[in-house]
Amino acid sequence: MFLEQLKRAWVVCKKDIRIYFFKAPVLIFGILFPIFLFLAFGIGRDLSVGDLLPGMIAIALFFTSAAIVPLIAPWETRTKTLERLVSSPILISTIILGDILASFLFGIIITVIPVIVGIISGISIKSLYIFIPGVLLASFCFSSLGSLMSTPPSDTPANTNMISTVIKFPLVFISGIFIPLGDIPVWGRVFSYISPLTYFTDLVRFSIDKKNYFPVGIDFLALFIFSLIFYILAVKLHQRNIPRRI
Amino acid sequence: MINAIKVEQLTKKFGNINAVDNISFEVKKGEFFGFLGPNGAGKTTTIRILTGIINATSGKVSIMNHDIGRHKLEAKKLMGVIPEVSNAYMDLSGWINMMFQGELYGLHRKELYALSKELLIDFDLYSRKDQKVKFYSKGMKQRLIICMALLNRPEILFLDEPTSGLDVSSTFMIREKIRNINSGGTTIFLTTHNMEEASQMCERIVIINKGRIAAVNSPENLKLTVKKLQSIIVAFDRDMDKKSVYSLPGVKDVEKVGDKMRIFTEIPGELVFHLVDFARENDLKILTLNTLTPSLEDVFLKLTKEGNG
Repeated sequence: MFLEQLKRAWVVCKKDIRIYFFKAPVLIFGILFPIFLFLAFGIGRDLSVGDLLPGMIAIALFFTSAAIVPLIAPWETRTKTLERLVSSPILISTIILGDILASFLFGIIITVIPVIVGIISGISIKSLYIFIPGVLLASFCFSSLGSLMSTPPSDTPANTNMISTVIKFPLVFISGIFIPLGDIPVWGRVFSYISPLTYFTDLVRFSIDKKNYFPVGIDFLALFIFSLIFYILAVKLHQRNIPRRI
Repeated sequence: MINAIKVEQLTKKFGNINAVDNISFEVKKGEFFGFLGPNGAGKTTTIRILTGIINATSGKVSIMNHDIGRHKLEAKKLMGVIPEVSNAYMDLSGWINMMFQGELYGLHRKELYALSKELLIDFDLYSRKDQKVKFYSKGMKQRLIICMALLNRPEILFLDEPTSGLDVSSTFMIREKIRNINSGGTTIFLTTHNMEEASQMCERIVIINKGRIAAVNSPENLKLTVKKLQSIIVAFDRDMDKKSVYSLPGVKDVEKVGDKMRIFTEIPGELVFHLVDFARENDLKILTLNTLTPSLEDVFLKLTKEGNG
């Protein structure tokens, strides 16, 4: 039963990759937006590529992995394809997992770009054994957050995008992306603890030059707990709201 | 014989509104079953509960002896669902849609390829299989979702207005295919607004109104239950005042219809003899004499009006 549902999640994921990877809102909010955001805050601050790279990687993964999944539910509500999925022999948790997997892969693929930029600029990722599992866990975490953002029963992708932007932007500013956590005032640091992005940025800083703020174990544990909470909440809320969408 | 569908005291509430109100019925295995009702009667809600899309507030639904509330996945594997509006993925080709649907039901690749090809050829879509569905006509989209619904070789096929808005040739083709599917032993659960379609295709019909069942019977028996809607159409060689035929035994009502009269009666057989005598006594020639049984549409209107009254 579990394996069967896992295979179905992969089927849903393949469908999402075919349909949603190249949709305009995904490209705009997942790729162009973070690039411009990064340029707006990074350029002109007299920082080296080495200082900017952790933020660049964190923004790339955060925005891309949380870009696709909030669009899928409203899109499929509008096109009535959600009804097809729900009438098939798969669990709602499987549909959500499939959507999250597609977003997870998209995030990982796009994150390779800043990593290559870093390598070309002569900055290597020294602790790959931390970086790779960190990217995988964070991508799942951010994708689950994306799924959570799409739970209100709307059939308008723009509405979900609005919710998603309202949540994503503040997180970027409190997560030590543009300013290392150690340099943020105490009150700001308190806010940063509630952002999963903080722990991923910290892991990336450790992977590149070991300038981390939290112990690596805490970063992994926090990302794991956030992932679990986001996924379970997303499934519960989708289970409650999908009948209202149809 | 086991029932394909068994519905017991099914109720669905949305807030304080009873969309489906304590309904019970059974559909036999292999039966062609019609589910009729005016807009807002509870048809779509019922079909969504039967197909496991939404949960009932109370009551029980069994699909081939699987309780849909407790064994949803097992029940869903046995059914195919064809909604009113095509819900294939428009950005994918017809072929990829078929692959996606087959994989959702766990079909093996070899079987899936062979069955997809067979169905698409049968429904005259194979030559367009690699084209995105958004470029298909409405009839083609409808045929594609029927193909998709047949991939898992369902024991029960749910069809929600399958020919709504289609041209005559697509409608004819789809009806023919559905009949053939039913001949192969698949139970058909059809909702439609088209009374002619229901009358021609269904073995039994449920009429639902305001969430409650107004009638369950075969189309012909339903027509017979509404005796006072039986009538005789008669035309004489001279124009006759309709009051003149009111006095005949068994006449309930008379309507002028062009140069003819439609006489409503519960005893059409006897009234024919009285009309012949009437013509003879008044030196009239009978130009036309037809008995009319009520159409399913008449029955539907009567039952749903009674429910509203």
